[in-house]
Amino acid sequence: MIKHKFTYLKFFGLVLLSGMVFTSCEREISDQAVPATFPNTAEVYTDNPVGLTDEFFESFDPATGANTEAFGTDDEVSYLGSSSIRLDIPAPNDPDGGFIGGIFKDRGEGRDLSGYDALTFWIKASRTAAFDQIGFGADFEEGKFTTARFNIPLSTDWRKITIPIPEPSKLTQEKGLFLFSTGTNSTDGVGFTVWIDEIRYENLGTIGQKQSSIFNGNNVNQDAFVDVPIQIEEFSVSANLASGENVTVQASPQYFDFSSSNPDVATVSETGLVSVISTGEATISATLGNTATQGTLNLNVEGGFNFAPVPTRPAENVVSIFSDAYLNIPVSRYNSFFEPFQTTLGGVQQVGSQSIISYTNLNFVGIVFNDVIFPAEAVQPVNATGLTHLHIDVNVQEPVQASDRLLLQLTNYGATETVGSFLINGSDLLEDEWVGFDIPLSDFSGLTDRNRIGLLLFNSESGPANPTISNIFLDNIYFYTE
Amino acid sequence: MNKIKYIAIILIFSTSFVSCDLDETQEVVTKNNLVWSDEFDTDGAPDPNNWNYEIGDGSAQGIPGWGNNELQYYTDRPENVKVENGVLVITARQESFQGSNYTSARLTTKGLMDRQYGRFEARIRVPYGKGYWPAFWMLGDDSDGEIWPQIGEIDIMENVGDEPTVAFGSIHGPGYSGGESIGKDFELENDRFDTGFHIFGIEWSPNRINYYIDDKLYQSLTPEDVDEETDGEGVWVFNDRSFYIILNLAVGGNLPGSPNAETEFPQSMIVDYVRVYE
Repeated sequence: MIKHKFTYLKFFGLVLLSGMVFTSCEREISDQAVPATFPNTAEVYTDNPVGLTDEFFESFDPATGANTEAFGTDDEVSYLGSSSIRLDIPAPNDPDGGFIGGIFKDRGEGRDLSGYDALTFWIKASRTAAFDQIGFGADFEEGKFTTARFNIPLSTDWRKITIPIPEPSKLTQEKGLFLFSTGTNSTDGVGFTVWIDEIRYENLGTIGQKQSSIFNGNNVNQDAFVDVPIQIEEFSVSANLASGENVTVQASPQYFDFSSSNPDVATVSETGLVSVISTGEATISATLGNTATQGTLNLNVEGGFNFAPVPTRPAENVVSIFSDAYLNIPVSRYNSFFEPFQTTLGGVQQVGSQSIISYTNLNFVGIVFNDVIFPAEAVQPVNATGLTHLHIDVNVQEPVQASDRLLLQLTNYGATETVGSFLINGSDLLEDEWVGFDIPLSDFSGLTDRNRIGLLLFNSESGPANPTISNIFLDNIYFYTE
Repeated sequence: MNKIKYIAIILIFSTSFVSCDLDETQEVVTKNNLVWSDEFDTDGAPDPNNWNYEIGDGSAQGIPGWGNNELQYYTDRPENVKVENGVLVITARQESFQGSNYTSARLTTKGLMDRQYGRFEARIRVPYGKGYWPAFWMLGDDSDGEIWPQIGEIDIMENVGDEPTVAFGSIHGPGYSGGESIGKDFELENDRFDTGFHIFGIEWSPNRINYYIDDKLYQSLTPEDVDEETDGEGVWVFNDRSFYIILNLAVGGNLPGSPNAETEFPQSMIVDYVRVYE
């Protein structure tokens, strides 16, 4: 699941983000008012690309690790006709890039796909594996209607894959005709070959029982703050195919229509960004086409956000991990997403023009700033030999019991790993209020070396699988010299 | 309904029409004189003049699991069967009830409408998902003490929930019952049986049963087919006695397999009408 989330953020998110930037200023006429005057060509690739840009394959940015050399066509292998697309999925350490991903884009102004209900293609691989994601709607421009199906099982024989269109009526001018991205997650890093053929849009008529959800179908209750926007998340659409199989795709927010039960308190943009206007309560819900979407966001707005005191220590005495007051060192992850036992969600959250760290469903979570745990995201650890303290501001978002625990652990990645621990007791914490801690590094018992500190772990468990504090805000995490 | 697999017959008889309106669909048949119907126009329990119920898990009938290891307990509660908004709603629920994990309903016209020959037709929408097994079918009158399969069984429509585009029709008799029944699958193109209503019917005459779905005649069964499929062992038992209608929504069992984690409950088999013509 966590890997999904990362993939989503990395590739899918890019497209969504750019959509948000452009939509507000460029789209004044509603989709319904635009006459469908674009060609409805169904084929994307048969034996040749059909109506695609001269580049044909437009790769994700090689700077993100995308391998532009791994794409080609194969005149020896095809499902139908004389040719297929061939992808040589690279191993993670491939010097040309550790995964392949990109799009096929319409060479014109886009196509009217509103008469189709699915993207289909035939696919096979040199071994059984799973393709990380395949979809459509990403065009490296607005990408308003990006859709992707994840972990598509591959066989050594040709299989037809169907990717339902979440709401065809939206696709009256679509440029992003094919989207794919995969590495070797499913094969433990072993490269393999994939062939894809007969990519086209179809009106199957056999796709039914469409269901959509936000927030994984949950009714999320959330305290919100005036002027602190909240993004609706986890847009998914599932449908039942003729095979009896339920297929789920991630869909961009623009497929959905949103409504607020109380627009005086909160409103929603077409990208699912909720603006919080005043105190009160509001329920945000969505529909896809004519059907209700499962899941709501129930906001309770009590006022503005209460920020932690602004740090006053001189910057030259500080090595900052996370603070708006200082320039932070490079950090690879503010949420470690350690698999498989970490349950903690969240991470850096924008609060108006500032940011905090918000963790929910906490059991344990790390802030990762080393070159050991995730080599692909290596950053330099902190040499804290000349530093004396760690500062952190903590604000617990739930009632606090004296028996609650928040264990802080620093790991030093020297010749041997050493770990130092410092326990904050529930009696030292407050609900909905910031408490600042200035902890001498010498109080982290067991931290014998400090020259390569690269992990700050927060653990609220009082025993295995028994977390105490679940929801917490953190801010102003920095080392300093007194 | 005792069957595991189906033997497709060779004779394929297909007719198609451009339009789908009701009058056109009549052209696949020749019997047009309406002699019995339930249009399900009165809200509440189904009309007791037309329908009675089979209750339980089959144990009382001597066939626990209704002969197929089915998982549901049939009731006549409104939670499982009611008429509402012009349709009959048979609802399967996942609930602990009388030792079973699912409830549903099974209605018959036995003793109320038994008839030999004619056109038997219903307009039905089925549920979807692994484990659902809706059926519109007929059994021969057993008041003379004869037993299945000698009494004969005509399955007008069956469907399994994990094949939403496929319905099948078949006959059972001595020498071709259970897994050896004679019948045929019908697959919808560009449509599904769980997202809209479809018309399922047979036209039954001496020595012939024609099967149709919507405006398409897809199967015609005769004693010659029984001979051919059973190497002369089977007996055509459809010229012998009157039959009654059964509507039910089974859950699990030998044919569909058990529901899985993705199967949604409750869901309903919805019947717009049942009509009999001569």
